[in-house]
Amino acid sequence: MKRFTRDEMAARVARDIEDGAYVNLGIGLPTMVANHLPKDREVILHTENGLLGMGPAPAPGAEDSDLINAGKQPVTTLPGASFFHHADSFAMMRGGHLDCCVLGAFQVSAQGDLANWHTGAKDAIPAVGGAMDLAIGAKSVYVMMEHLTKQGESKIVAQCTYPVTGLRCVNRIYTDLAVIDVTPQGLVAIDIVPGLAFDELARLTGVPLANGLAAAPTPA
Amino acid sequence: MVNKIVSSSAAAVADVHDGATVMIGGFGTAGMPAELIDALIDQGARDLTIVNNNAGNGDTGLAALLKARRVRKIVCSFPRQTDSHVFDALYRAGEIELELVPQGNLAERIRAAGAGIGAFFSPTGYGTELAKGKETRVIDGRPYVLELPIYADFALIKALRGDRWGNLVYRKTARNFGPIMASAAKCTVAQVREVVNLGDLDPESVITPGIYVRRVVEIPAAARDVPVPGAAA
Repeated sequence: MKRFTRDEMAARVARDIEDGAYVNLGIGLPTMVANHLPKDREVILHTENGLLGMGPAPAPGAEDSDLINAGKQPVTTLPGASFFHHADSFAMMRGGHLDCCVLGAFQVSAQGDLANWHTGAKDAIPAVGGAMDLAIGAKSVYVMMEHLTKQGESKIVAQCTYPVTGLRCVNRIYTDLAVIDVTPQGLVAIDIVPGLAFDELARLTGVPLANGLAAAPTPA
Repeated sequence: MVNKIVSSSAAAVADVHDGATVMIGGFGTAGMPAELIDALIDQGARDLTIVNNNAGNGDTGLAALLKARRVRKIVCSFPRQTDSHVFDALYRAGEIELELVPQGNLAERIRAAGAGIGAFFSPTGYGTELAKGKETRVIDGRPYVLELPIYADFALIKALRGDRWGNLVYRKTARNFGPIMASAAKCTVAQVREVVNLGDLDPESVITPGIYVRRVVEIPAAARDVPVPGAAA
């Protein structure tokens, strides 16, 4: 089965981020979205540890241990950047000032519940970080994840079996097979990997899915 | 004359008592007051409750304090990291208590303590395991969880520059929890890379006004503050 590559997924998310948007990119796969933002758009990246106007990774040798992102990797500032303390940073999330955040996930439910912080395994050490604040705070919450687990089960589920991060908070899901909107009427596929039929996508997803695809699939 | 400058890290933490709640600034190692933590280890206070975003990295700083078995409980948002082996081992052995708090609630609970707020309703965490047992309320159709302030006996923070009144400026993302922790503790100790003369800090640019700070100790940039070219993050 053909799948979107991680770069294609990141490019597909980046296409939906508007000029002028304030955006928080989660740790891991979502971080790749920054590499695909269209050059003609000015997007202001927020990092939870107190920076707006985050730039790309520094050149080797130019790292600064006081200038890092949420994943504790070295970053840079762009002209126009600002620093602020943690309570301000999370007020930006909780207060609805961020236009969009992109998060990874273990599971998303058909109602838009998100599970991405804890597998619930007995020996796992729990860690939540800023996930719960982002999930309920940003105006639009985008999830980026593989459509299926390694065992082939859908990560889009009727009810999350992992501990939830937030309830009814996800607006759109980008997977390696499709782009799916979470709407009050249910899940709607709006894009699909070329070569995959909608009926097959619906079968793999396993929860009710409406066909909102354009007549011809758009290229990634 | 007001003079909050103290001569050494040891003097700055000399009165931390057994059983104290100590806030420690930093996000990972950015903003972590490593020399103050070393002094706290040497000082010997035990049975501490530590408030920090993480639970130590590698074997130095906060991790070293945990390793010395001085910490009874840690309040944090993100203990599990690739290099949190000291905490991981203590937690798995049941030798440290963990209160896991969503990062924004952690920050706001600290801010609330410093601002005299008795409690607040936060939307973060509603319906999750981390809100179990907490009071909830629906306000204008949106559900919230009641969160209480986090007070501390001491806050140990790191800033770039300070003066004898305790005014502080920070450096880049090493600011993180410093300003809010400074306001939430009965006794805030700041280690700064440089003590400057009163009046040298632009009043428009002071981030933490000195009213929140009890002691300032100068720790010139250590080798570990200097980014090592090509080093892994």
